[in-house]
Amino acid sequence: MPALFADITEKRYTGAGGAPARVALSGLSLSVAAGEFVALVGPSGCGKTTFLNIVAGLDRNFSGAVQVAAHADGTPARIGYVFQEPRLLPWRTVAENIALVLEPQQGAVVNEVLDAVGLGDAHDLYPPQLSLGMSRRVAIARAFAIQPDLLLMDEPFVSLDHDTVEQLRHLLLKLWRARPTTILFVTHDLREALVLADRLLLLSASPGHVVAEVPVRLPRAQRGNSAEIESLRDEILRHHRELIGTAPAAPVG
Amino acid sequence: MQRLGSVVLFVAIWQVAASAIDNRLLPTAAAVFAALVHECVDGPLLFHLGVTLARVAAAFVVAMTIGSLIGIVMGRSRTIDILFDSWLVLLLNLPALVIIVLAYVWFGLTEVAAIGAVAVNKIPAVAVTLREGARALDRRYAEMAGSFRIGRWRTLRHVVMPQLYPYLFAAARSGLALVWKIVLIVELLGRSDGVGFQIQVFFQLFDVTRILAYALAFAAVIQVIEWVMFQPLERRAGRWRD
Repeated sequence: MPALFADITEKRYTGAGGAPARVALSGLSLSVAAGEFVALVGPSGCGKTTFLNIVAGLDRNFSGAVQVAAHADGTPARIGYVFQEPRLLPWRTVAENIALVLEPQQGAVVNEVLDAVGLGDAHDLYPPQLSLGMSRRVAIARAFAIQPDLLLMDEPFVSLDHDTVEQLRHLLLKLWRARPTTILFVTHDLREALVLADRLLLLSASPGHVVAEVPVRLPRAQRGNSAEIESLRDEILRHHRELIGTAPAAPVG
Repeated sequence: MQRLGSVVLFVAIWQVAASAIDNRLLPTAAAVFAALVHECVDGPLLFHLGVTLARVAAAFVVAMTIGSLIGIVMGRSRTIDILFDSWLVLLLNLPALVIIVLAYVWFGLTEVAAIGAVAVNKIPAVAVTLREGARALDRRYAEMAGSFRIGRWRTLRHVVMPQLYPYLFAAARSGLALVWKIVLIVELLGRSDGVGFQIQVFFQLFDVTRILAYALAFAAVIQVIEWVMFQPLERRAGRWRD
């Protein structure tokens, strides 16, 4: 059984205040194997975040089916979510933010994950005192802290400078190797997806559905600045230029 | 320090002016303080002060609880908001005196009517403030709590309530200021104890000295409550902003 199976027949936003209804997703079907790292790539506004919210169980107003495999002990699947903005509670310290998603007796886990993301000395800082890069690290630590069966990541590295993004990608892969889990990673950056994922799913413009699937077989260690990744990227862009242009002509939503 | 100087200046002007005018309807500061000490030690001031404070506390708790619940529900549900908004406006604009008189007429000169009338005066203002707070709740935090499945109770306590604290404090502050003033009117109109009742007695005697002594004692207690309860609580809740 796959870690995640989703078949969204249709997700429609009813127009508020007389605006016409909008179909955000239509016929989006995908399956992710346990332990797999899948990147969902598509233009802005194609419904990527909408899809993640459905998988996370935050949005139940859709037609179709979503199945997330249960935890090893039979309890419901644990889903970690790294949102596009870190979404740390500003009135709780870094350590308290992570403790909030854990059981009370799991205090040791807080130290463990904070050390793992290199923020061992930031326990007692409040989120407004952190840089965006640090906040993103905390959000990633929080998601890994619950030992997720499925980790959802929604463009977690946007609005950061190049070096910080590089560091965070390395950090993510390091964490993932140490704490294997299934990852569904949403991005509009094709190169980022090629560097990180086992498999790419390309989404169409709104209403979103999967138009192509690209496995990346190159070992991750060889992907940085690799000519092979660049040629793979060029080839994908040749076929799907209209779908995954980095600057979509008419972003929707 | 500047504040203390300001108070001293006020008392000095009062003392000098009252001495110059020399009329028993404007007692000197010294006379009022003497009456205050006398009423505390030999008179019933502390008893009446206690009775009034108990009423303030009861009306305050009732108004905050009911007003907050109404406000939060109205802030979260558009239907309920539309349904009851005009009721709220009507209640907001109803003079305190009308509510008090109606309460006594309909429910008799009882303790429950007295405290209920005070609470009803305050409830709409609390509801309006908390409605603002409930409308301002950040959806993104609710989604975070929902996706990590931290449960209803923890979501309420650690995600929702901290966002409402500033609104609760605002409502509590203005609430206390309003409640303690209205309690005196309620006592004056229909109770036989409390600071308001005493002031009515002294009014009939034209005893301005003791009216001022009671007023001073009561205002001082309310200010102390503000200092020792509200300000420390608010500082604690706002720690993360520093």
